[in-house]
Amino acid sequence: MANVSYPLDFERPLIELEKKIDELKALSVSGSVDFTSEISKLEKKAKKLQTEIFSDLSRWQVVQLSRHSSRPYFLDYVSHLFTDFFEMAGDRCFGEDPSIVGGFARFDGRAVMLIGHQKGRNTKENMARNFGMPRPEGYRKALRLMELAERFDKPILTFVDTPGAYPGLGAEERGQAEAIAVNLEVMSRLRVPIISTVIGEGGSGGALAIGVGNRVLMLQNSIYSVISPEGCASILFRDATKADKAADSLKLTAKDLKGMQVIDEVVPEPEGGAHRDHTKMAENLGKVLRKHLGELSALSPEALVQDRYRKFRALGVFSGR
Amino acid sequence: MAWFSKKPRIATTPEPPEAPSRMQGLWAKCESCDEIIYRQELEKNLNVCPHCEHHLPWSARTRLASLLDPDTFEEFDQGLEPQDPLGFVDSKKYKDRIKSTRKALGENDAFVSGVGRIQGHQVSVGCFLFEFMGGSMGSVVGEKCARVFERAHELKCPAIVFSASGGARMQEGIFSLMQMAKTSAAIARFRAVGKPYISVMLHPTTGGVAASFSWLGDIILAEPKALIGFAGPRVIEQTIRQKLPEGFQRSEFLLEHGMIDAIVHRRELRDKLVQILGLIG
Ligand SMILES: [Zn+2]
Repeated sequence: MANVSYPLDFERPLIELEKKIDELKALSVSGSVDFTSEISKLEKKAKKLQTEIFSDLSRWQVVQLSRHSSRPYFLDYVSHLFTDFFEMAGDRCFGEDPSIVGGFARFDGRAVMLIGHQKGRNTKENMARNFGMPRPEGYRKALRLMELAERFDKPILTFVDTPGAYPGLGAEERGQAEAIAVNLEVMSRLRVPIISTVIGEGGSGGALAIGVGNRVLMLQNSIYSVISPEGCASILFRDATKADKAADSLKLTAKDLKGMQVIDEVVPEPEGGAHRDHTKMAENLGKVLRKHLGELSALSPEALVQDRYRKFRALGVFSGR
Repeated sequence: MAWFSKKPRIATTPEPPEAPSRMQGLWAKCESCDEIIYRQELEKNLNVCPHCEHHLPWSARTRLASLLDPDTFEEFDQGLEPQDPLGFVDSKKYKDRIKSTRKALGENDAFVSGVGRIQGHQVSVGCFLFEFMGGSMGSVVGEKCARVFERAHELKCPAIVFSASGGARMQEGIFSLMQMAKTSAAIARFRAVGKPYISVMLHPTTGGVAASFSWLGDIILAEPKALIGFAGPRVIEQTIRQKLPEGFQRSEFLLEHGMIDAIVHRRELRDKLVQILGLIG
């Protein structure tokens, strides 16, 4: 629980109760007074409160959790689930974009390619990582690494966690839209297994640009949307403060997307959210990745391309012929 | 816009609801130089201002009719109709919005597509109807666009798509986002036939449409001064907190930055297409 640094409003009562328990525990150790029964009573209460808060989250609360400053980021999963990570930099064209990180690593001993958006934990890190918002060179680096993975016949695991592609001057000059478009096309035809997991924020085209997988997974409290709830609210409701309402309209949670058969599986988070227990979260994700990678590894390169094509070709709701 | 409902379905350009029309009645006003132009003269000039060469919006059906060999256009997939998979409500129900737009324009959605000929070359074509909810891409647009490439694949002929779109259709949520992947995947397959895909970017081509099939053309052409880019200018200005330079994200800017092949005046577009089709079609 040590990870909870900036609690969200709705988890604050729980955090305060836990602080009280910790204080009593400290007193028990140092003093002669026995607080055991008091502590156990409070622990039960905390457990009940946690279940109460987290069993019925609103979509807006899920949005906040998906952006929680203590949530495990891509590199946290790298250190929990993989060994031998060799990070590779640059797009060989313009520059290095630290908001997307990638490289070869081992998963259960087997070499794989890892690519993920990377946010920062604090202001300084976020300046360097551009809040996880890639520029074209980030997408072109990702493309380079995915093509390398195909060349060496290694599966690709991508981890989506971005508010969106960066809307800036340089990004436009260097072809942000072109970079995203090319990734979409190339990912659709790569001859190796691709598993994409939304671990936090799946922000529009900037997320999809590394998200065209044979399997698309989402963590329980992650979101995936064509536009941020704030952006949607300011355009359609002409009021950015109606983001909670927009979140409901957009139906952007893992549960929503699974219900609409847009994604393959929801990865359960520890109760209280992924940020409360990084180790347990990584364990849950590892289990699901292992299962899907096992299934996909049985497919031929042609079958993998076919499988991915069918999946995305089928997405859309319309009537008539 | 009230005047939509008063007008029958015609071949001239209804303006998108976002931009109030200056083209009512016998006279039109150029949105660039403010000259008053006799409407018939403007139409004869392919909706290009005779005073300043500004390219005004041009209806998709008129565009196709004027670019393709006479009477060769066969429309496909006109029966596809949008649904409301999210039950989306903003200031209006999405269902009602579709209904009133369909009624006003006599079109089912923001894309018209089919097969035709240009100087005898068979081509699979698609064109956005910007006046239909800003040319936004939902499931119907994505599906029709994917079928343009599948038809081209099947017929082993070139594909041409004219884009004019603000991007993904928010009201269809995640489904609109996924059209980007769907259309791009269809292009990946089409590449195998060795026929060109010519993308023509019109004003404006932004967001999820720019960031998928529009920028995947083997050859990318743009009309003069079209706004083309990923993020909209307002979003960029809000992010970087400064005014954008004059001409930013316009066709000329993109050409200078190496992002498109050529800018083509509307009057010369057919000739250019004929030339390209002659070379690699
Ligand atoms: Zn003019």
